[in-house]
Amino acid sequence: MAPLLAMSGIKKHFGGVPALRSASLEVAPGEVHALIGQNGAGKSTLIKILTGLYRRDEGDIQFAGQPSFLSSPGEAQSAGIATIYQELNLVPLRSVSENVVMGQEPRSFGFMINWPEAHKRTRDILSRFGIEIDVTAPLGSYSTAIQQLVAIARAVSMDAKLVIMDEPTSSLDSSEVEILFGVVRELKSSGVSVLYVSHFLDELFQICDRVTIMRDGQTVGCREIADTSKLDLIAAMLGRDADEIAAEGLTELAGGKKAYDEIVLDVDKVATGPRLTDFSMTLHRGEIVGLGGLLGSGRTEAARSIFGLDHTTTGSMHLNGKAFKPSEPSEAIRARIGFLTEDRKAEGIVPHMSVRENLTLALLPSLRKNGQIDLEREKKLVSEFIQKLGIKTSHMDQPIRELSGGNQQKVLLARWLATRPDILILDEPTRGVDVGAKREIQAIIRNFVDEGHAVILISSEFEELVEGANRIVVMHEGKAVSELTNPGITENALVKALAHHEDAAT
Amino acid sequence: MTSLTSEGPMRTDITTRLKHHGGLVALAIILLFNIVVTPNFLQAQTLAVNISQVATIAIVAMGMTLVIATGGIDLSVGAVMALSGALAPLIFLSDFGTAYPALGLIAALLFPLVAALVCGLFNGVIVAVLRVQPIIATLILFISGRGIAQVLTNGNLQTFSNPEFSYLGTGKILGFPFQGWLAIAIACLLFWLVNRTVFGRYLLAIGGNERAAKLAGGPVRSVKIGAYVICSVLSGLAGLIVVAINSASDAARNGNLMELDAIAAAVVGGALLQGGKAPIFGAILGAVIIQLVKYTLLANGVEDEVALIAKAAIILAAVYIQQARKE
Ligand SMILES: Nc1ncnc2c1ncn2[C@@H]1O[C@H](COP(=O)(O)OP(=O)(O)OP(=O)(O)O)[C@@H](O)[C@H]1O
Ligand SMILES: [Mg+2]
Repeated sequence: MAPLLAMSGIKKHFGGVPALRSASLEVAPGEVHALIGQNGAGKSTLIKILTGLYRRDEGDIQFAGQPSFLSSPGEAQSAGIATIYQELNLVPLRSVSENVVMGQEPRSFGFMINWPEAHKRTRDILSRFGIEIDVTAPLGSYSTAIQQLVAIARAVSMDAKLVIMDEPTSSLDSSEVEILFGVVRELKSSGVSVLYVSHFLDELFQICDRVTIMRDGQTVGCREIADTSKLDLIAAMLGRDADEIAAEGLTELAGGKKAYDEIVLDVDKVATGPRLTDFSMTLHRGEIVGLGGLLGSGRTEAARSIFGLDHTTTGSMHLNGKAFKPSEPSEAIRARIGFLTEDRKAEGIVPHMSVRENLTLALLPSLRKNGQIDLEREKKLVSEFIQKLGIKTSHMDQPIRELSGGNQQKVLLARWLATRPDILILDEPTRGVDVGAKREIQAIIRNFVDEGHAVILISSEFEELVEGANRIVVMHEGKAVSELTNPGITENALVKALAHHEDAAT
Repeated sequence: MTSLTSEGPMRTDITTRLKHHGGLVALAIILLFNIVVTPNFLQAQTLAVNISQVATIAIVAMGMTLVIATGGIDLSVGAVMALSGALAPLIFLSDFGTAYPALGLIAALLFPLVAALVCGLFNGVIVAVLRVQPIIATLILFISGRGIAQVLTNGNLQTFSNPEFSYLGTGKILGFPFQGWLAIAIACLLFWLVNRTVFGRYLLAIGGNERAAKLAGGPVRSVKIGAYVICSVLSGLAGLIVVAINSASDAARNGNLMELDAIAAAVVGGALLQGGKAPIFGAILGAVIIQLVKYTLLANGVEDEVALIAKAAIILAAVYIQQARKE
C-alpha cells in the first residue's frame, strides 16, 4: 500500500547548528506509528516541518500521494493533519469550549458564534475521553492532565487523516493513558493514521505498529514493533550495545545508603483549602519520600503548602526542629527548599530568557556582588551544570525556548540544584526526558540524597516511586491516608493502596 | 544573537530584516524625507529644538519601557508631569523660596520628584498588591493627577523667571542641551540596571513568565512597584524640564498626551507589550522617531489633529511588526 506520509532527506539548520541532518519517515494509512529518539534528536522539529511551522532547508515530503508544501499549521489542518504539539499551545485564560472549537466555531446567521452549540459539541468531544467538566470555565483552571486531554480531544475532533501526538501522555496518569489508547485504537480502526512520539517505550508496545528511531537529527531505523524489544529500541536510540545497557539496569533511583534518623521536615495535619485538608508526613535526612495518589488527590497542593505557595489554614510544619510557616517561595528558598514544578511551560521556563538566565533564576540573590550580578561566577556555574547534566544547547546564551523539551527540563532541575537545597520537592522530575537522560537525572537525585539531603518525589510513574522512595505517603482527596515502607513496596501494592481508598470513597 | 538562531515560522527576508531594524529604517526614511522636503532641516537650530524636545519623551519612554517590561502600562505619566511641573514654581515662588533662593531651588527640584515617587508607589501598590489591571490602576492618577495640579495652581498659568531652574531646560554643555545629556546619562544607568543587576533580571523574568519568576523566589511585588516608581520619578523629571523650557507652568498642558508618545516610543523601540523585554536604547530611538514625525508634520504645516492620526498609525505599524515577530 502506498504510504500516507513519506518524508525523506529532510535537513534543517537553526542559525548554522544542524537540528536535522537526514531525517526520513514513512507512515502507512491506518497505522499507529511511533517516533522515538533522545532529547534533542529532532522529533519535534521533524513534526514542525511537516506541519509548516518551520521551513525545511532540504528534503521531500509526500502526503496522501502528492508533494506537500504546507507553510502554516492552518494549512496542515485543512490538508488533514491534526497536531498536538509538545508544548501545548492552548489559551489558558479562555474557556475550555473556546479552546476546543477554536478555528471551527459553529455559527448562527453565518457570523455569530453559536455558544450553546459550541459548548454542547465540546461536551460531546470530551465525553469520548470520559471527561465531565464545566466547559465554560477557563482552561487554565484545570490540571495539566485535563489540559492535555483537551488538546488531544480537539485534535481528534478535526476529522484528520493523520493525527500527530508529540508526547501526549507526559502528564497523564495510567487511567487517562488507557482512555487515550482507546481513542487511538478507535482512530486506527476508522482508518486514521497516528504519529506518536513518546519516551515511554512500554506504551509503544501496546498501541503502535511500527517505530521510527532518530538519533542526532538522523533517522537510524524503522522496525515492526512486533520484531523488536524495549532494550533493542533503547540501544538504537542511544547508539549503544544492547547487552551493555541490560547490564546497567533501568532506574537509577534504587539503592543508596540508608536514611539517617534525623528528621528534617515534619508536617502535621496541614490544610490549605478544599484540595488539601489533612496532610501529614515526616522526612528524614538521606531519604526520598514519595507522594502517591491519583490526579486531584492533593499531591501538588501538598508540595505547594511546603513551599509557601498556598497558605496553611490549620496544622503546623517543623523544619529542622523549628516551626516553619513560609508565606512566600522566597522564604522557602532561603530555608533551603527547592520545588521543581510539574508544568514546565506555565511555571518553569521564562521563554525569552537564555539558558544561563533561566538556570540561575532561583539563585540570583546569592550572585549579587557590588550591587550587580557577578557574571563571571554565573557563567562558571552555568557551564558546570550544563556539563554535569549533559544539557544539549548550542551555547549558554541560547534562548531556552529553542531547547528540546527534555533539555528544558534539565535546565530547570539545574536551577534548583544550583541553589544547593537541603530539601528538593520534585513534581514529575523526569517528565519528557529520554531514557538515557532519565537515568542520569535519577542518578543525580540519588546522589543528592546520598549526600544527606532529602527529596519529596511526586511521580505518575509507579516504577520510579516504587524503586526510588524509602516510603510512599498515599494521598486521597486531600488527605494523607496511609504509608508504605520500602523494602517491600511493589507496583502492585501501590496500585492496591491507591485503589483501596478510591473504592472506600465510592 | 536571536536574529541568527531564532528561525521561527516562515517569513520573508524583508520582514525578518524589518522586525529587527525597523526602527532604524524608519528613522532613515524620516531623515531623508526631511532633508529633501522640510526647509532648513539641516540646521543647528533645528537640531537643538528637536533634541531639547525629544529628551522629555525619551526620559518618560524609558520609564515606560520598564513598566511595559513587567507586562504593565502606565497611563498616568502625563498627569504626573503636570503635577510635578506645577509644584516646582509653587515652591520657588513661595515666601520660603524667595527668602532662601538656594534652598528654594533645591526644594523645587526635590519635592516634585518625591511627589512623583509617591504617585509611582500608589500605581505600583494598586497593580502589584491589589492586583488591579495596570490600565485601570493608572487611570486613577491619569484622571486625578492633572486635576490636583490644576487645583494647586488654581488653574492659572504660572510664569516665572528663574535662570537657575530654567537651566534644566535651556542649559547647554558643549553646545548640546543639558536635558539631552541627562537623557543619555539616565539611559546608561537604566541599561546597567536592566542588564547587570538582580532587579533587572527579575524585571525581565516577571514580564516573561510571572509565575515562574515567583516560584523561583522572585520578589514580584517589589520589583513591579519599583518599575512604576522609576517610571513616575522620570515623568516627574520630564515635567520639570518642560516647565524649565517654557519658564512657565501650565498644569492643563504640561505632559498632555505624553502617555501616548511614551508608549509609542517604547513600542517602536522594541518593547513587547506582553512583557519580558526592556530595550532602553530602543526607547530613545523610538522617542527620536516620534519627535521627528511630530516635527515633520508641524514644519510642513500639517494640523495637530492629523499629527495625532499619524502617531496612531506609527503605533499600529509597530505593534503589527511586533506581532509578526512573536512565536
Ligand atoms: N527554534 C529553534 N531554534 C534553535 N534551535 C532549535 C529550535 N528548535 C529546536 N532546536 C534545536 O534542534 C534540536 C532538536 O530539537 P527537537 O525539539 O526537535 O528535539 P526532540 O527530539 O523533540 O527532543 P525532546 O524529546 O526533548 O522533545 C535541539 O538541539 C534543539 O535545541
Ligand atoms: Mg520534542
